[in-house]
Amino acid sequence: MTAPVLVLVDHHDGVPRASGLELLTAARDLGPVEAVCIGEAGAQAAAEVGRFGAGALHVLTPGTTAPVALAAALARLVETTGAATVLMSSTFENKELAAHLALVTDAGLVVDAAGLETADGGRVVTVQQAFAATWTLRSEVLRPRAVVALKPNAVPATPVDTPFEPTVTTHDVDVSAMRERVVERTPRPTSGRPDLTEAQVVVVGGRGTEGDFSAVEELADVLGAAVGATRVATDEGWIGHEAQIGQTGVTVSPRLYVGAGVSGAVHHRGGMQASGTIVAVNADPEAPIFEIADLGVVGDLFTILPQAAAELRRLRPEG
Amino acid sequence: MKIVVCVKHVPDVQGDRGFTDDGTVDRGQGDGTLNELDENAVEAAVQLVEQHGGEVTVLTMGPADAEDAVRRGLQMGAAHAVHVQDDALEGSDAFATASVLAAAVRRIAEDGAVDLVVTGMASLDGLMSVLPSLLAARLDLPQATLAAEVTVDGGVVRVRRELDHATEVLEAPLPALVSVTDQANQPRYPNFKAIMAARKTPVTTWSLADLGLDASEVGAAGARTRVLEATPRPPREDRVLITDEGDAGVRIAQYLVENRLV
Ligand SMILES: Cc1cc2nc3c(=O)[nH]c(=O)nc-3n(C[C@H](O)[C@H](O)[C@H](O)COP(=O)(O)OP(=O)(O)OC[C@H]3O[C@@H](n4cnc5c(N)ncnc54)[C@H](O)[C@@H]3O)c2cc1C
Ligand SMILES: Nc1ncnc2c1ncn2[C@@H]1O[C@H](COP(=O)(O)O)[C@@H](O)[C@H]1O
Repeated sequence: MTAPVLVLVDHHDGVPRASGLELLTAARDLGPVEAVCIGEAGAQAAAEVGRFGAGALHVLTPGTTAPVALAAALARLVETTGAATVLMSSTFENKELAAHLALVTDAGLVVDAAGLETADGGRVVTVQQAFAATWTLRSEVLRPRAVVALKPNAVPATPVDTPFEPTVTTHDVDVSAMRERVVERTPRPTSGRPDLTEAQVVVVGGRGTEGDFSAVEELADVLGAAVGATRVATDEGWIGHEAQIGQTGVTVSPRLYVGAGVSGAVHHRGGMQASGTIVAVNADPEAPIFEIADLGVVGDLFTILPQAAAELRRLRPEG
Repeated sequence: MKIVVCVKHVPDVQGDRGFTDDGTVDRGQGDGTLNELDENAVEAAVQLVEQHGGEVTVLTMGPADAEDAVRRGLQMGAAHAVHVQDDALEGSDAFATASVLAAAVRRIAEDGAVDLVVTGMASLDGLMSVLPSLLAARLDLPQATLAAEVTVDGGVVRVRRELDHATEVLEAPLPALVSVTDQANQPRYPNFKAIMAARKTPVTTWSLADLGLDASEVGAAGARTRVLEATPRPPREDRVLITDEGDAGVRIAQYLVENRLV
């Protein structure tokens, strides 16, 4: 019998995030799937993870972000379930948890993976992008256990034919030994647009917007896209820091990336170069973003973006 | 306050970066620099020492040219520099790196307790962001990572962290480990005087034996993952560049529809 796969499913008030459903889908190729949620997650979460093939849901409470305490709780689950692989989404918080978990379970660790395979003998093989996605690596985990943090959009989420009815069990997280103290935690307000890291389409504004994101937002709304930004735009305070795409912001790999007034600095490319199709609008024909754009348009974003939005509305009046 | 800052020498992000046939980062291009994000770490540490007194030691593990990274740290205001260098370290993964850096921090602490270990948020070659957690675990220190703001007051370090779905203010008692983001500060540009002064500061070099570590625990042999293949991404094909003649917006819309992207 193959060992189970534990999948950490990030959720928002008990509603699994899209990244979690992708992970459950990817996990099904590796073995029987058991989902894990941190913090209160009830019937809705159970039904949803069941729909994506999880036979069990483990709820870890209390919900905390302390990586050491969470790693200890997950390590116990690895022990009791006999899981050989633990998957999670590659967020900054999860990467810390992944590090601690790999350390205490003596597992191989891969973060920011863009794909997952198994090799002969059941070893986990991952695909990663390196150097601003100019290189692709395949690497093999050399330990019997693997902890892998996968980037969103690595695998499309598909439900199973017949939903599972997962057993739900609750496990305590021991936070008594925690030395760090969370003084304040402010969840980020949701924008009403898709989550940047999970969106299939992302429209990005840079310095060229001069702080006026209305054209970027208009096109994003027509495309059902998330709005992103360069560090210049977030540093200027034109948009929140959470919108920053790049090496020190979020990494996106949507089907479609549209950049407007974005020069394409290497730090920015690091977070978007793995996108499926890249469209760039820039006034400067020498802008480096044109080196990687599938469709490059030299011109003024303030006239081009609204025209594109209007034409899309005309072509798809129902949307 | 005694602060150790871990700094890494990485290939220049503006340069032509690549891998060798055995899947390790090609260090032969000769255009390595101090990891830009570690400049934020050094800056944060130097500012804390300017406020509270004490001194900063910069610490790196890496091949011979990694000395450039600690030199840069000295120029930015660190008082001491330590370079762990040993042929057996080649191919070390994050776990081995954490063990070696932890041993070096303990050795530094023999000359007086270390209050704070500071790292960058990620190395711009690997972008793993896992070393800070592994190092905190190896040193059994509380961790306050991804700090966009760091302050120390009465034996407690307080950070503001911008996480994926929330902002958090976290406190930890000293000694602790902190990783800082590029939001934390604007790294100083060393002046001529600082550059000259840094030249005179010796860099302490330690081998694995100096740290009491065994070669079998580190290097490629101890690594938990192995690169099977590294391939440069093929250039995007059929790229189109057009200049707006009044209809570029329409053409974008058509392109998206034709390519089934909407
Ligand atoms: C350690 C470090 C980490 C960093 N991390 C990141 C990161 O994660 N993400 C990130 O984005 N950056 C990051 N940066 C910054 C990065 O180096 C660039 O400075 C930044 O990406 C540039 O942003 P930009 O393209 O908006 O601005 P610019 O480079 O100034 O480009 C603006 C572009 O807009 C065009 N333009 C102007 N007006 C118009 C118009 N009306 N219509 C069309 N085009 C117009 C111009 O031709 C120009 O090409 C980092 C830097 C450092 C040092
Ligand atoms: N070889 C090394 N020597 C010293 N510090 C390192 C080394 N590798 C990583 N670090 C530190 O760990 C941080 C995060 O690295 P990483 O986990 O590799 O992204 C870096 O910003 C450095 O501060």
